[in-house]
Amino acid sequence: MIVETPKIEFRDIDLHFTAEDGSVIQVLDSVNLNIREGEFVCIVGPSGCGKSTLLNIACGFLKPSSGQVLIDEVPVVRPNRRRVFIFQDNSVFPWLTVSQNIGFGLADVSPIEKEKTVQRYIEMIGLSGFEHAYPRELSGGMKQRVEIARALASGPDILFMDEPLGALDWLTRLKMRADLVDIWRQEKKTILFVTHDVEESVQLADRVVVLSDRPAAIRAVVDVNLPRPRNLDDPEYLRIRDEIFDWMGLDHHGIAAKSV
Amino acid sequence: MQGRKIFLGLVGLSLFLLIWHLVTLGNGRTDVPGPWLTLAGLIELATGGVLWRYIIASVFRVMWGFTLAVLVGVPVGLAIGWSRWFRELVNPLVQGLRPISPIAWLPIAVLVFGGMTWWEPSDLSAIFLIFLASIFPIITAATSAVEGIDVKFLRVATNLEVSGAKVLFQVILPAAMPQILTGLRLALGIAWVVLVAAEMLGVQSGLGFQINDSRNNLRYDLVVAAMVVISVIGMFLDGVMARIENSALSRRGTAKR
Repeated sequence: MIVETPKIEFRDIDLHFTAEDGSVIQVLDSVNLNIREGEFVCIVGPSGCGKSTLLNIACGFLKPSSGQVLIDEVPVVRPNRRRVFIFQDNSVFPWLTVSQNIGFGLADVSPIEKEKTVQRYIEMIGLSGFEHAYPRELSGGMKQRVEIARALASGPDILFMDEPLGALDWLTRLKMRADLVDIWRQEKKTILFVTHDVEESVQLADRVVVLSDRPAAIRAVVDVNLPRPRNLDDPEYLRIRDEIFDWMGLDHHGIAAKSV
Repeated sequence: MQGRKIFLGLVGLSLFLLIWHLVTLGNGRTDVPGPWLTLAGLIELATGGVLWRYIIASVFRVMWGFTLAVLVGVPVGLAIGWSRWFRELVNPLVQGLRPISPIAWLPIAVLVFGGMTWWEPSDLSAIFLIFLASIFPIITAATSAVEGIDVKFLRVATNLEVSGAKVLFQVILPAAMPQILTGLRLALGIAWVVLVAAEMLGVQSGLGFQINDSRNNLRYDLVVAAMVVISVIGMFLDGVMARIENSALSRRGTAKR
């Protein structure tokens, strides 16, 4: 039997800090998790539990108190362009045009190649004709697409997404989820996606990691073996969703209907 | 809206002129002059020939002092905001120099620049004073502009392994630009205010000199006339800066709305 080495490996990640009054605040409590290459994994948990913190550690923006994250068996020390972070509140540069934003990380390629790459991703995100537009002229969903395109253009194999659809309206969010799955299939990236929206996680992920309240520890890892695009009326879909609600300690009978 | 704004502005101005006229009724040139005497003085200045030369001299000094302050102040301010090391090195000095009024430097400036022969010495000391008056607001604005940059923009650069000049020109400067430009506009206003004091000693031209000179001749009508000119040019310079501020920002898609 061939043992596949994980793409991302969280090994005993622990994070705590000392508050001003001397008390120790535990944020993450020995998180262990393996993510396969090309997998789409969602992390859900109560807000403020440390989901984003975990993502920041994986990307290298933050150091754990103890433990290690390994990517391709190499410990993460600092961020690099092989794994790109996508922010909750859009981080597209407002002073650069759409194509300048997308080409931002492309320094070491020829101008012609850069132009080709930028054009390719503009088409992928459906923003042809907006090449020279500034972000202020775009809607929230379009800006978030530009951010995703900028991340993809630098050729990463992992995307760390921190509630990237959280600021969008409901309809845009639904559309973006479908598009994100398309992009993920087309580009064959490994995606680690943080959300507080259980429905979103079941619509997107191969596996959903449920974190507990602070200090965050992994409470459950739920497989979502459903064909895409996901049928939201499928009993199996609803069962998985309710299972996650159960793991989060929520009474889904009242909440599920309101959740999306 | 626009019409009301202009109308109310004119009403306020007219009220001021009326009160001014009433409280100075019967005053001559050696007293505080009224609006009519001032207007006559303005005409005398404008037709006398020196006014235009003085305006050019004053604007020239302010532009030199201000430009030098921008060239030094913006990089220093950016560096203080960016590097903790540099901040710790330079900030105590900057904070220590800041409370000293530029006017207090006047004797030193005259002493230092008085012996220079390669340029009009009095010009140099005036320029130096204006430089001092405008550099601190510029440094402060640039420093807090850098400190205020949203960390996510810097993280994007780190994440995509963009560094050096590209980060400076495509991230730091544009992110800091709105606040820097506001600081520049403020600094130019201060520079213009300090000009009159800077031209009080040693110089033989300029609007500050005009005020001093007219007072010595007991021509208070010309003093107030020069004040009016200073006001108009000050507003004009501020308008130019506001335009630059807005066009630079709208080009980057971040104009204030």
